[in-house]
Amino acid sequence: MIRSMLFIPGNNPAMLQNADIFGADAVILDLEDAVSPQEKDAARALVKAYLESVSHQAIKVYIRINGLDTEFYERDLHSVVSDQIDGIVLPKARVGDIEKLLTILYKIESETHMKKTMGIIPIVESAKSVLEIEKLAALSRIQGMLLGAEDLSADMEFERTKIGTEIDYPRAKLAFACKAYKIDAIDTPFTDTNDVNGLIADCQKALNLGLNAKAAIHPNQIETIHDVFSPSPKRIEWAQRVLLAAKKANEQGLGVFSLDGKMIDKPIIERATKIIDAAKKYRLLPVDHA
Amino acid sequence: MLNSLGRVVPDTLRGYTSATAYQSKNRILIPEKAVVTKPLFLDSISAIFDEYHISDGMTLSFHHHLRNGDGVLNAVCQEIKTRGIKHLTIAPSSIFPNNAIIVDLIIAGNITNIRTNYINGPAARPIDDGKLQGLLLMDTHGGRARAIESGDLPIDIAILACPTVDRNGNGSGTEGLSACGTLGYAQSDLRYAKKVILVTDTIVDKVKQIDLDGKYVDAIVQIDSIGDPEGIVSGTTKITKDPVGLKIARDAADFLYQAGVIKPGFSMQTGAGGTSLAVAAAVRKMMITKQIHGSFASGGTNGYYTDLLKEGWVDNLYDVQCFDLEAVRSYRDNSHHIAISASKYGNPYEPNPVVNNLSFVALGATEIDLDFNVNVTTDSLGRLIGGSGGHADTAHGADITIITTTLAKARLPIIKEHVTTITTPGEDVDVLVTERGIAINPRRVDLLEKMKNSNLTIMTISELMAISHQISGIPAAIKEPGKVTGLIVYRDGTILDQLYQRF
Repeated sequence: MIRSMLFIPGNNPAMLQNADIFGADAVILDLEDAVSPQEKDAARALVKAYLESVSHQAIKVYIRINGLDTEFYERDLHSVVSDQIDGIVLPKARVGDIEKLLTILYKIESETHMKKTMGIIPIVESAKSVLEIEKLAALSRIQGMLLGAEDLSADMEFERTKIGTEIDYPRAKLAFACKAYKIDAIDTPFTDTNDVNGLIADCQKALNLGLNAKAAIHPNQIETIHDVFSPSPKRIEWAQRVLLAAKKANEQGLGVFSLDGKMIDKPIIERATKIIDAAKKYRLLPVDHA
Repeated sequence: MLNSLGRVVPDTLRGYTSATAYQSKNRILIPEKAVVTKPLFLDSISAIFDEYHISDGMTLSFHHHLRNGDGVLNAVCQEIKTRGIKHLTIAPSSIFPNNAIIVDLIIAGNITNIRTNYINGPAARPIDDGKLQGLLLMDTHGGRARAIESGDLPIDIAILACPTVDRNGNGSGTEGLSACGTLGYAQSDLRYAKKVILVTDTIVDKVKQIDLDGKYVDAIVQIDSIGDPEGIVSGTTKITKDPVGLKIARDAADFLYQAGVIKPGFSMQTGAGGTSLAVAAAVRKMMITKQIHGSFASGGTNGYYTDLLKEGWVDNLYDVQCFDLEAVRSYRDNSHHIAISASKYGNPYEPNPVVNNLSFVALGATEIDLDFNVNVTTDSLGRLIGGSGGHADTAHGADITIITTTLAKARLPIIKEHVTTITTPGEDVDVLVTERGIAINPRRVDLLEKMKNSNLTIMTISELMAISHQISGIPAAIKEPGKVTGLIVYRDGTILDQLYQRF
């Protein structure tokens, strides 16, 4: 699972060059909204050249192509689909679009003898997409779903607010569907890049509703997103103590034991294991600097 | 001859041998200037020249506390030009872009030697072009104090801008229209120049806070304005918003924490640039999160540092110069905001200079090489863009010296096999933090050991250079330089490197 996806404009060489240094778990190189129609060709060429010249081993790389209702998406796909990326982020995604996309991906993967299988992350940003969330989550190659609240608000004709009550329903629905299919539930970006406290509150709300990651539109948002979506030092310390106590109990042949006066059973041990796995993955375990 | 860093230095001068060589030498102190019982009051800059017979070949010194708003050095230069005085040596503690008048004086031979700690702006260009008839000597802040007190830099007349002066000749930096705060760089000039003139735009009966002791002051000149307040507080006082700079700053703070530096009672200094301030901000965040209180912060101060003091995260600020109005106010109102002289700050021969008590310093670089030598004096083409200031002083004194920089600036790699100009010797530089990794000087075996299990990306400086070459390619060699135009003087007075005419 990831915690963050950072949008990088596909037409900005300086941003592309540093795409992998900000600590985001994944980046989305954007050929869609960040790029004006007259710059689409240049952005495509730049992203392709970038992917061919830089290796990314520590970070997942996705490309947001232009929607299937535009004239650009086929050229996008033929330019960028390669073993250098992990998947495609599809805007305004519907179930039918995913099937159409899959057909093109099969063709490219076969013709170019790719080793990788492209993942897909649909962006849920229309009322009809919201209604299809469960179906989208169940499709093959879907690695996660990203909520796009700005376009959704236009479709729904509601005002976007910082408190975000208007997107409680799609957030929760997306979170449940993703959890059910063990894929990433990725929250919509927080668009005020200067409001750190607002970002914290927005992340916390998404986390409480069950989403596990958030998209970022500025590198400076990554640290805050990670602070919220990572296990806290306190939780890590608790999980370490649970697993240590479980190990001792196991050695002593005890099935059930208590810690801090509370009974520890299998679900709690599983929860602690997940926390430690996440802490290991994100290199959050405390290091002994003595 | 070659010094110990392999740099050509003049046969007639002492070449640099090591950063600790000063420890085997004794402090040299010339007698302080005679005490003045009653200062003269003069009515113009021109009157100084008449009264003290400023003539060919003399040495005039200045401080740079008015920074890019200074009007005093410029007014004196204008008078030199008018009178046609030749072969002067000027010794301002720094030269800023607004001191462009120096250009004409260099070309006309009015000024033939310059001794300073930092030079940026138009005045540097004729020196790069080989027009200065003598030499530019570049000191450190602490080294300038040493040079003055030892007689290595004899000053005929110190002409010191002072925001407010009283009838007894006492000067204050915190009062008046041009308040600039502490006056730490002027202290050695005040005590050791043959004559001391304070130039002010505000005279009062009695100053509230004495920054320049009137007993050393020979004369006071009142003019309409000593400077432009806008330019006086011209230090960079905003934390960078550049995400790459912020990432570097966070990693530097994480490194310091993991290396065990950020612990109760630690002390710190950072430069005043955007990324350096971001390191200070990242450290502050860490102090708050982990509830760690430090002992002091030092150097040039600004609002970010005064907040640390105000909020109780450090006990004291030791301040040589103020970069913004917040710092000026804090120095005026907070007794724990303590003014120090450049000598107390970084003179190697002071018994216990403040820099020696620093747990860490975070500094910038225009270049750094595989031996960790750092250049902040010239750009990669060898043209003057700055100078040590306190770089080499703090790098030597601090327990850990961290250099923060991006791997490339203006598409040029910052890590070189050999820096164009050595400002700070590599033996005093411990860590390089870049956006793609952190290199530890192999001399710091202790740090390598402490960080072996770190979650930060630790690599060798050669590996970082290879990455930067992958990104931006290997730059072409620069053109062969011309004649020697200046010398880089290490804080102990030995010669680190030479500056050259550039084409």
